[in-house]
Amino acid sequence: MARSNKPIVWSLFAAGGTVAAFITPVMILVTGLAVAVGLLPAEALAYDRMLALVQNPLGKGLVFLAVFLPAWHAAHRLRITAHDFGIRADVAVMAVCYGLAALASVIAAFALFRV
Amino acid sequence: MSRRPYRRAVSTTSWWLARPRYIRYMAREVSCVFIGAYTAVVVVGLVRLSDGAAAWGAFLESLQAPVSVAFHLLALAFALYHTVTWFNVTPKAMPVQFGEAQLPGGVIIGAHYTGWALVSALVLFLAGV
Amino acid sequence: MNERHVDLEILRYDPETDEEPAFQTYRVPCQEDWVVLDAVNYVKDVLDRTLSYRWSCHMAVCGSCGMMINGEPMLSCKAFVRDMPDRIRIEPLANFPIERDLVVVTDDFMDKLASVKPYLIPREEKAIEDGAHVQTPAQLKKFKQYTLCINCTLCYAACPQYAHDQNFTGPAALALAHRYNLDSQDVGRGAREDVVASNAGIWECSFVGACSDVCPHEVDPAGAIQQTKIASTVDYFMGLLTPERDR
Ligand code: FES
Repeated sequence: MARSNKPIVWSLFAAGGTVAAFITPVMILVTGLAVAVGLLPAEALAYDRMLALVQNPLGKGLVFLAVFLPAWHAAHRLRITAHDFGIRADVAVMAVCYGLAALASVIAAFALFRV
Repeated sequence: MSRRPYRRAVSTTSWWLARPRYIRYMAREVSCVFIGAYTAVVVVGLVRLSDGAAAWGAFLESLQAPVSVAFHLLALAFALYHTVTWFNVTPKAMPVQFGEAQLPGGVIIGAHYTGWALVSALVLFLAGV
Repeated sequence: MNERHVDLEILRYDPETDEEPAFQTYRVPCQEDWVVLDAVNYVKDVLDRTLSYRWSCHMAVCGSCGMMINGEPMLSCKAFVRDMPDRIRIEPLANFPIERDLVVVTDDFMDKLASVKPYLIPREEKAIEDGAHVQTPAQLKKFKQYTLCINCTLCYAACPQYAHDQNFTGPAALALAHRYNLDSQDVGRGAREDVVASNAGIWECSFVGACSDVCPHEVDPAGAIQQTKIASTVDYFMGLLTPERDR
């Protein structure tokens, strides 16, 4: 039997799962709920503040990691979940899942590069 | 005496309904759909931000739509479930042994929750709470 | 005496006459301190001598009496009737072919077990005159838990990944590979990796964790597999950095 190449995708999955566990809940709370329902002042997500965040090199890097790693985590887990729901076309599933994660990462990088 | 071993069929699509622990497992796995979808929202937000102040304003406005709030509530529930299920198995994946003594799993889990609380508090602080 | 009547629904299968397995119900008067195995023994001794099943030690040591009890893989000698409802459904261990009644074919597990080389592979043979191998309590502690496996295969019956892909090496065999890999006297990790770190090895596992839940001796195969994934991932990237190393 040949040794697997899974460590490549699994290490991204594990790193992404850890990052998502630490930051995704609070990010959802701030960007998706608190401001929208008025728990936080609109100022929290004001254009100038957000722009300052993503123009700062450190902020840029952190925001990219906060997109890239959870995206790969989700993609890899989705691939396995598809199998668990009885979908056996693993090559097609893999292409779609990893393809979407790659697309999201590239678009995020492009947007962060542009601002 | 003739052998004729019988193999019972297992459903490939609904096997997980058989036991509560399998349902909990699938709920954990499905959390990835919401983490992925939320990440997509963030990517859209980044693109809108790079489009300028007007585009960003429109993006913020769209987040106030009831369907957006409902999505984020659901996503928050699954994201929290991911966090809990992820932290709670850390002692299994990364046990810590000092000499003959095993660091209790609760300490490893507790350290993760403490770090999580600090990170969350920091983000909330930066957001202006 | 405290007698309680319990209905045992036992899955029966006779390969010579039955097309497929079917349930047969037996009413058994149970004592307060009985385990499910006692009730099954009562069926065999008193009600129906044709019933086939395996058991030996009656003390959770030999690992031969595993059955699905109300859908959960358990050692029938460790499952107390007093903790069960009045109808108990007893089936052969899931995910294995049924040989007859509650007896399953475990050949596949035996092959998987052998494939991970579950024995010490020492750096060099040592003559008896040269004295004992030395191991500190701390070194023993690293793998002690994984030595407790009794090969009862409850973990295979609980594992949905094994249910859907019989190529999967499976929980107990991978836990035992981990046990030898962690042993300070062993240098066989590289020799085990070809099986352990293949797609059908640790990477088939999605950490459902059911194996560890049902393990009667708290071996925690799921934990062993995750630790092996981390170690194999480190190996993999180290191998990329030093390609000349024999992988
Ligand atoms: S009879 Fe030996 S483990 Fe149950």
